[in-house]
Amino acid sequence: MSQVTTQPSTTRIWEWLDAVPDPEIPVISLVDLGIIRDVAWEGGTLVVTVTPTYSGCPATSVIAMDIETALRDRGIEDLKLKTQISPAWTTDWLSEKGRTKLEEYGIAPPQPAGGPEKCPHCGSTHVTKVSQFGSTPCKAHWRCQDCLEPFDYFKCI
Amino acid sequence: MTREEAFTQFLLRMGDNTLILGHRVSEWCGHAPVLEEDIALANTALDLIGQTQMWLGLAGEVQGEGKSADDLAFLRDAWDFRNVLLCEVPNGDFGRTLMRQFLFDAWHSIQLGRLMKSSDERVAAIAEKASKEVAYHLERSADTVVGLGDGTEESRRRMQEALDYLWPYVGEMFQSDDVDAEMVKAGIAPDPASLREEYDALISRILGDATLTIPESRFAHKGGRTGAMHTEHLGHLLTQMQWLQRAYPGAKW
Repeated sequence: MSQVTTQPSTTRIWEWLDAVPDPEIPVISLVDLGIIRDVAWEGGTLVVTVTPTYSGCPATSVIAMDIETALRDRGIEDLKLKTQISPAWTTDWLSEKGRTKLEEYGIAPPQPAGGPEKCPHCGSTHVTKVSQFGSTPCKAHWRCQDCLEPFDYFKCI
Repeated sequence: MTREEAFTQFLLRMGDNTLILGHRVSEWCGHAPVLEEDIALANTALDLIGQTQMWLGLAGEVQGEGKSADDLAFLRDAWDFRNVLLCEVPNGDFGRTLMRQFLFDAWHSIQLGRLMKSSDERVAAIAEKASKEVAYHLERSADTVVGLGDGTEESRRRMQEALDYLWPYVGEMFQSDDVDAEMVKAGIAPDPASLREEYDALISRILGDATLTIPESRFAHKGGRTGAMHTEHLGHLLTQMQWLQRAYPGAKW
């Protein structure tokens, strides 16, 4: 009975998770990234459902560890992490807040057109692709033809 | 052969293709002609190895002998691998690596599209996840094949040589056997032969744009996906890939 009264609400837990940064792009949170699919109490166990961004993304195990650490620090003892691969992660799940923060950080957010809308540094629309792949599995490498700065583009999948 | 045995074989074929090709591609890490290509190849390899974890993880589960994806990857010897021979042939030059990637990606994307409708929801889920990554691989390898094929005199010659060398390894991807028949019956996977028409249409279009000529011969080297006979190259690859677990059994990161 005491457990029921001390159980934090799932809304509260979502807030806590929203404070956990993505290990490779620390300006956005795991919630911004859209990889936390569900938070639910199953009796006294907190079940957090996580979906991987890319199947080989090396950050996946670090992310699991960061979630565990963050929630244990808040006093959650009984925790289960569930991996869910379907429906597959899509960049449509990035939050608006996350998209804005990415751009401020210098990473162009994903666009359905398949390329960045504008240079995240100077705002020019004269941009060109350098490589379809970038510094992490989720990014591609672009360059601005006006300010000449290279930048990362968050791939749209 | 029971359904579980056939299913395990099918999953090993999927996972060994991505594992062995992923390892091959990773051999370019630090050696590609330019930094961007190096990163692109390493990222492709990473995706393939990530997909391997899902396929071999499920293979271990269906097999029911308590084996993990790592056990299957690192503790089997050459004759137990079920990848097509195309995945294990050496990288050759950059052009041949990209041609091999294109010939595989084209098959892989069609196969995953079909597997998304698998009667087994675990297979459908892995296929859904992997197909997004593979669409990207195909876009890149096709673009590069066209860029190099329809490029300079030297790059065109090298790409034609790559195609001529790799072509006899294409046919194996469409060979069917008892395992496939069982998978078709269970609605788990398509008959490999049924993918050929779509594959030929796709590669003819891209290789045409690349100004390359597809060899006429339909001769196919085979023996990889059944495990009957791998090339001599697989054993050499495994000595690298499995070295740590062989030298220090059970070592953990």
